[in-house]
Amino acid sequence: MNRTAFLALWSHWRRQPLQLLVLVLGLSLATGLWSAVQAINGQARASYASAAAQLAGNQLDRLTTPSGRIPLETYAELRRAGWQLSPVLTGRMRLGDARLRLIGVDVLSYPVIPSTGGREIAPDEILTPPGRLLASAETRDDLPEDADLPPLVLAPDLPPGTAFTDIATAARLLNRPRELSYLLILPDQPMGPPPLEEIAPDLTHQPPSNQADAAQLTDSFHLNLTAFGLLSFAVGLFIVHGTVGLAFEQRRPLMRTLRALGLPRRNLTALVMGELLVLALVAGTLGLALGYLIAAALLPDVAATLRGLYGAPVAGGLTLRPLWVASGLGMALLGTAIAGAQGVWRLTHMPLLASAGLVGWADAAQKSARIMALSGIALIVAGVLAAFLLPGLIGGFALLAGLLMGAALTLPFLLNTALALLSRTSRAPASVWIWADLRAQLPGLSLALMALLLALATNIGVGTMVSSFRLTFTGWLDQRLMSELYLTAQDDAQGAAIAEWLAPRADAVLPIRAAEITLAGQPAQLYGVADHATYRDHWPLVARTPDLWDRLARGETVIINEQLARSADIWPGETIDLGNWQIEVGGVYSDYGNPAPEAIAGLAPLLDRYPDIENRRFGIRIAPDRADALARDLRAAFDLPDGAITDQAGVKSLSLDIFEKTFVVTAALNVLTLGVASFAILTSLLTLWNKRLPHLAPVWALGMTRARLARLEVLRSVALAGLTAVLALPLGLILAWVLLAVINVQAFGWRLPMHLFPLDWLWLFLLALLAGAAAAAIPARRLHRLPPAALLRIFADER
Amino acid sequence: MLLEISEVAKTYPKAKQPVFSDISLSLAKGETLALTGESGSGKSTLLHLAGALDQFDRGEITLAGEPYSRLDDKGRAALRRTRVAMVFQQFNLIPSMTVAQNLAFHARLGDRFDAAWVDELTNRLGLEPQVDKFPEHLSGGQQQRVAIGRALAPRPDLLLADEPTGNLDEATGDAVLALMLDLVRASGTALFMVTHSPRIAAQMDRQLHLSAGRLQ
Amino acid sequence: MNVRTAALLLCLLPVGLGAQGLDTVGSAEKGFAGLGADAEGFSLPQPGTTFDFPADHGPHSTFRIEWWYLTATLEDAEGTEYGVQWTLFRSAMRPERGEGWDTPQIWMGHAALTSADSHYVAERLARGGIGQAGVTATPFSAHIDDWQMTAISPDGIDDLSLTARGSDFAYDLTLNADTPLVLHGEDGYSVKSREGTASYYYSQPSYVVTGTLTTPDGPVEVTGNGWLDREWSSQPLSAGQSGWDWLSLSFDSGARMMGFRLRDEAGDFTSATWIAPDGSAQPIPDGALTLTPQTSTDIDGRQVPTTWRVELPERDLDVTIDALNPQAWMATRFAYWEGPVSIAGSHQGRGYLEMTGY
Repeated sequence: MNRTAFLALWSHWRRQPLQLLVLVLGLSLATGLWSAVQAINGQARASYASAAAQLAGNQLDRLTTPSGRIPLETYAELRRAGWQLSPVLTGRMRLGDARLRLIGVDVLSYPVIPSTGGREIAPDEILTPPGRLLASAETRDDLPEDADLPPLVLAPDLPPGTAFTDIATAARLLNRPRELSYLLILPDQPMGPPPLEEIAPDLTHQPPSNQADAAQLTDSFHLNLTAFGLLSFAVGLFIVHGTVGLAFEQRRPLMRTLRALGLPRRNLTALVMGELLVLALVAGTLGLALGYLIAAALLPDVAATLRGLYGAPVAGGLTLRPLWVASGLGMALLGTAIAGAQGVWRLTHMPLLASAGLVGWADAAQKSARIMALSGIALIVAGVLAAFLLPGLIGGFALLAGLLMGAALTLPFLLNTALALLSRTSRAPASVWIWADLRAQLPGLSLALMALLLALATNIGVGTMVSSFRLTFTGWLDQRLMSELYLTAQDDAQGAAIAEWLAPRADAVLPIRAAEITLAGQPAQLYGVADHATYRDHWPLVARTPDLWDRLARGETVIINEQLARSADIWPGETIDLGNWQIEVGGVYSDYGNPAPEAIAGLAPLLDRYPDIENRRFGIRIAPDRADALARDLRAAFDLPDGAITDQAGVKSLSLDIFEKTFVVTAALNVLTLGVASFAILTSLLTLWNKRLPHLAPVWALGMTRARLARLEVLRSVALAGLTAVLALPLGLILAWVLLAVINVQAFGWRLPMHLFPLDWLWLFLLALLAGAAAAAIPARRLHRLPPAALLRIFADER
Repeated sequence: MLLEISEVAKTYPKAKQPVFSDISLSLAKGETLALTGESGSGKSTLLHLAGALDQFDRGEITLAGEPYSRLDDKGRAALRRTRVAMVFQQFNLIPSMTVAQNLAFHARLGDRFDAAWVDELTNRLGLEPQVDKFPEHLSGGQQQRVAIGRALAPRPDLLLADEPTGNLDEATGDAVLALMLDLVRASGTALFMVTHSPRIAAQMDRQLHLSAGRLQ
Repeated sequence: MNVRTAALLLCLLPVGLGAQGLDTVGSAEKGFAGLGADAEGFSLPQPGTTFDFPADHGPHSTFRIEWWYLTATLEDAEGTEYGVQWTLFRSAMRPERGEGWDTPQIWMGHAALTSADSHYVAERLARGGIGQAGVTATPFSAHIDDWQMTAISPDGIDDLSLTARGSDFAYDLTLNADTPLVLHGEDGYSVKSREGTASYYYSQPSYVVTGTLTTPDGPVEVTGNGWLDREWSSQPLSAGQSGWDWLSLSFDSGARMMGFRLRDEAGDFTSATWIAPDGSAQPIPDGALTLTPQTSTDIDGRQVPTTWRVELPERDLDVTIDALNPQAWMATRFAYWEGPVSIAGSHQGRGYLEMTGY
């Protein structure tokens, strides 16, 4: 019995292959986008975890100092007192264009040496000069070929841009022979050593959870992606809901017959649910494949973003994780359940005999639109409240969710009202009919239109955010990159020689020198700047005190970057602790794209405190038309490698390149979401198809050609899409404001001014119209080609 | 003659047997005609052909001398907008529009809207209290009255009716039919009605019976 | 002492680097733990060299390996027996001292406290050159982290203070000796194979020890005898030697004996020194001493002989030695067996046994 019934149910798909395709495709798309985001997040998290595991220590308590420097003697003394510690010296090296983070550990005491994939390293190889660097192939490929480094051993699990080595090698390469960055407290301690507070009062005991690691820093970014993934999933579900609804609707007579022929309701429900399950599994599997492909395509850019924006290490390759597969299939099943719930519910409550009479569409629709609008307003209010009540980023996202979902829910009401107004103003019979008909169609289309609204608003919001950011960023680069040439010498001696050589030849030579310190618990740079008009006139300050630059040069004040100001809540006039240096903050400067806190002092006051910091980097001011010649002369005079001198344009294009990569993923998800939304309209229109004919047939009978009806079908869809786009604009702008003023501040630590881009809106509006037209194209074409007999059947049908 | 059907043949695609292969009839201006026949005898098809809703394979149909065979899709639509109107068993009102809008719709579509005439129709059909309602709020009899009003609003030459009372109970059906006949006669419109009821057919000027593809 | 643990320092790196190193050298034909390796650049012991004290108590950086190795048999007031080990190894990757992190000198400490039913072990590793570990000759002081062996009188190494602690034990002992140093082999030139590989080797075998042991059960006052071995070399084992068994025995008669057997496929190499109660020493050549395993103990799948028959006919010695705690396994990066033994048979007394390569 069940088999026969099942075959009868399935025969529907054989006759409606397009519908089956749409259903599977919709579910695959939804699962795919969601899974892609999950795969990217998972990969990133795994990278952080493997980096954390490889670089051990992250699970161990640490001893640090505010300055980020511990004298070697302190370590020896603590050891002599019995404390089992492992010293670590970290630092960054610049090798041409590449930056290398060096992690030097005492390989005798460090808990875990990164795996070298079976390649043996003899103790004397790593322990005696020149030593060995352990790094991944990615890191190796980024390093200049002529770099003067110890031989490299591949350690595939190390994060990109990071080299692991013995502390002796690190001390040599960083030229910091007698200092350490931090001490790990090893798990096995002898009985009864003296308390650390007594023998090392200068050191801060830092539990592992307080260390700002990549996972914490990038949480916001991943939350962003997840939000996007969920949005895509929701939009995709609109499609599934549409097709499942259609399939149920079309098979209603068949199911009624099956029930009339004696198939128990339970069996029928089970069969239908079984069918949904099979479809969900098939579509889920396809979606996983799709998600994998999308993720693999997007991951390199995401990795670049995370590295560029947060300095977080993420490998560019994707691995398949069982948990990911399970969660992807789970989402597909859940999605199908949500989308099919209404259909199944209707099925189980379906009366055996068809009830006569029409559904009171006008009443019901208007009533439900009003209820939805009210709950939408409630959601918006809740979102705004959440923004005030919930902490940080969570509150921001709650606000976004409330705004978006609330606005989506009010959409049917707003559209209905707009259409009512339009129909009142129109006189021509065709247009009176169109508006009236649109209102009748609205309930069936509203889900798809909500999806479109969300997609459009997100597009406007995210687009405005990205474009505002780009505009601000470009302007900021212009302010910040004032020197015509940037130079990196091989060592301090060469640096000094170059500075001397340059003095008579350039307008100014501005040293770029920095000490590594700890700020807000994170490793940070304290820069020193010369007293020069380059900084006075151009440095991009967001807040300042009077006489700033004079006082900076005298060592009376420092300026800090916006991220630090916001995260530590320190503003001009307040005092900051720069590690044994309490000083007033005189200004706050914008510092986009930098994950770390940063501060700038006068060069002379900095050197008073940190006399040994390296002096290898310089900005060179010179008339732009002489810059090329000077760079040539410099290379020749000091035999400098190519990467040693970069011109302003080079740095700018590099920075902008990183910036663009950062938002490639956003843009891609944006386009995909919009595509899914227009697909949702298409499926809704197809779903409505059977209900449409009784509306269209009389009009046709009354003398409207099928061609005109088809054109009006398209026009209707375009009008709805256009109306939705008009409503999406203010929502998108609010979204942009929330992103710029709330989310960005929480996620990145800087607030951006909002710029408006009406031309982009116009494009998006046209795109929405196009989406509407494209979605209606298939139904319209079908209508155009419909034989009159099919229309005539309407008049004979018992519907 | 207003409507002239001569030697018309119609076979549906994929069907083996023709519905009919040689049908001829004529209808004068203002005349009322009832067509009866068994289910599936093709009476509705003949009505649809007369209304230019469907195309025939052979023969010719002319309305006031205008041959249908020369009309393309647009021409047929124009004909339906202006000179032919239909009343269906299922009423087939436009559910998204109010009674008033439905009443005016056909006339406006054919650019033959005459407010005074539509008002008169509304009054005579007793629909005045219902004009702002939507069809779903009307009874079957009321709906069919709207359909009749809609059909007559453009002052068509020919009104085609397919079992107009088939969905109504007898009393309501009789009342609606009486109204329709009144209006048809008052406006000088010819009526071609398909019905299975001899009682209703008897109220027409002329009756024809379609059986096995032949008219009797 | 003996040829022991020396180049275990070559595999003292943490798991991941070192484990692989250990596997390969263990199976190669280089002898146990790579001791047969060439000694290019490193100094080699020469016969006929006269020790220069106190300077020779300090490190010899141009030799590859060196140790300060102290074992003591102790008992508390109730007669409960204990054994204590304190070892500082030096291993050079190149024959030079070097400064700071760049020094090629690496230090390793092993400490153990053994009773009949427990065996506590701790291990320390350190780089030379940063102050974490090292040895000075005058005044004598050897340390790694907080463990130290320090002279408490100006007379060389006659009076020492000795401390070490692990996560579950500690000891703090005072050592006093008034007998001369014992030079093994030919004035301290101790041959280790028939091919002639050798080390410099001297001992102070007769410390009187007092002090405190601390275990999870609390502190215990103990007294007993201590034996210090000093040995340095660059190539102490020859190819084919797979491990060794080493003994230091103190008889109730006041006489003492150091003896070892180097196990070799081509025939074992044995050597011993007989020390009279007055401290005068007589070297015993290859073949005179016989060491015969009696019963073995299973330690994590290894069969380790923990009862031995020891025979030296020319001194009428025929004794059975028996481990106080057969489970005295040193589960350090380089693992071996080391623990106190009791002596029965023709002579009575107590001693220490070390076995590697099982």
